[in-house]
Amino acid sequence: MPEFFTALLEHAFLQQALLAGLLASIGCGLIGPFVVVKRITFLAGGIAHSVLGGMGAAVYFGLDPLLGALLAAVAAALLIGSVRLAWRTGEDTTIGALWAIGMAVGVIFISRTPGYATDLMSFLFGNILLVPTRELWFMAALDLLLLLAVLMFFRQFVAVAFDEEFARLRGVPVTFFYLLLLVLVAVTVVLMIQVVGLILVIALLTLPAAVAGQWTHSLSAMMLTAMLLGTALTGTGLGLAYAPDLPAGPTIILLAGGLYLLSAAAVHIRQRRRVRRALLQPSSTR
Amino acid sequence: MRSDAGTVVDIGQVRFSYGAAPVLEDVDLRVADGEFLGLVGPNAGGKSTLLKLILGLLEPQAGRISVLGRSPRQARRDVGYVPQYPAFPRDFPISVEDVVLMGRLGLGPVVGRYRAEDRAAADAALTEVEARDFRHRQIGTLSGGQLQRVLLARALVGEPSLLILDEPTANIDQRLEGEIFELLAELNKRLTIVVVSHDIAFISGYVSRVACLNRTLVCHRTDDIDGQTISELYGEDVRLISHSHLHGAEHVDA
Repeated sequence: MPEFFTALLEHAFLQQALLAGLLASIGCGLIGPFVVVKRITFLAGGIAHSVLGGMGAAVYFGLDPLLGALLAAVAAALLIGSVRLAWRTGEDTTIGALWAIGMAVGVIFISRTPGYATDLMSFLFGNILLVPTRELWFMAALDLLLLLAVLMFFRQFVAVAFDEEFARLRGVPVTFFYLLLLVLVAVTVVLMIQVVGLILVIALLTLPAAVAGQWTHSLSAMMLTAMLLGTALTGTGLGLAYAPDLPAGPTIILLAGGLYLLSAAAVHIRQRRRVRRALLQPSSTR
Repeated sequence: MRSDAGTVVDIGQVRFSYGAAPVLEDVDLRVADGEFLGLVGPNAGGKSTLLKLILGLLEPQAGRISVLGRSPRQARRDVGYVPQYPAFPRDFPISVEDVVLMGRLGLGPVVGRYRAEDRAAADAALTEVEARDFRHRQIGTLSGGQLQRVLLARALVGEPSLLILDEPTANIDQRLEGEIFELLAELNKRLTIVVVSHDIAFISGYVSRVACLNRTLVCHRTDDIDGQTISELYGEDVRLISHSHLHGAEHVDA
């Protein structure tokens, strides 16, 4: 780790990498908690993976892959959201199909594009050390978009996540806000692709939020905690990966996964202690 | 706009089916302003379906429904609803107060936070159902009876003129059942109430009228429920344990 800190002061690319991690964490903190409490991890995974279709098409036609990713992610979100709304049951097979089709399209496009095999690896697993300044601005713009949407419609998103039927009865346009939430998930996925790659996006989107959810009792506290955890995890992952020259994305995800398992175990132990204490003092609060 | 002054719900010749088998046939029901109507009937008799039609969550295949002189969808914001089963996960990170505040959605501006008057209304609703003491607790830590009070507060906070409850006491014990119905009787002084129950003997001590539903409206009465009515409703001989208008523990086994 110490050589990382000296290098951090010297190399602008490391500072940019750290900044990219921070920008991705803002998105994961804003949207991750909704994915966790609404239990749409599988939908988010489908959106994340079908993004490869858009990225592949973009490099084939010589466009910016992130722009392709954004368009593909929004399209996938709307498609998958409509499937879920139209078929209340059996939707998971369809989502799985869209997930695979998106990836297959992407791989075919990339195989038809000469000299892009290395791109495929960085799409799949991220390349946080090679984030150009222009892309940092792009990420900041996406963060701003997410922040505005969440600030404006926080109540509606919470209501739709909590109890769709009741939200509908209160006149909330549930379908609109459900699809908007999925579009925001899509934007967050694109935000994080550069950092951890699209295969591991789902982990960075849900694990910090899930850990935060185990220790907080409100959605806003969960969001803030997830943001801080995301920043800490990307920063630490980057630092640990630097000296032994490990890939940063998978290192970050291993840290996040390890933290999640530790936190889950701690919550489990805490609950068992509480039960035992309650059994020892039967006259306690009711 | 009201077709008939003093009518809150007006249902005429309503028919509904989910698939081939009809759930409701030729249902006529009128609920007057200020009534406390108990809707009873066997399981799968169409009680919850009728509520969903009144709430505009389902559309009838035939017939007409008007609520407060408007279509069910237009009237939604003036209707409070307490579901039979809470549709949300118990571990959702949200406080009692924030759950109740959701009942204010659709009243103020679309964008932004809840206003001070929303918070005052939530406080008043929580006080009315005696749930103010645990307003900061996480929703999943409540007992069944406490949760039912919170759901009632969520329905009341939007200042409805009609309150609809689907088996509000299905998941709580009998002592608490009595407390909830005492509360409803108190609310009935200012609200029209429709409550679904499978427990005809219990609710007849509180409601002003009972409507019995088994695919169609079997009976409609203000006087006492007798064995004849119940066998008509359930289509078999059921023993009626005599009940008083005290809120007793008598039950009809069906």
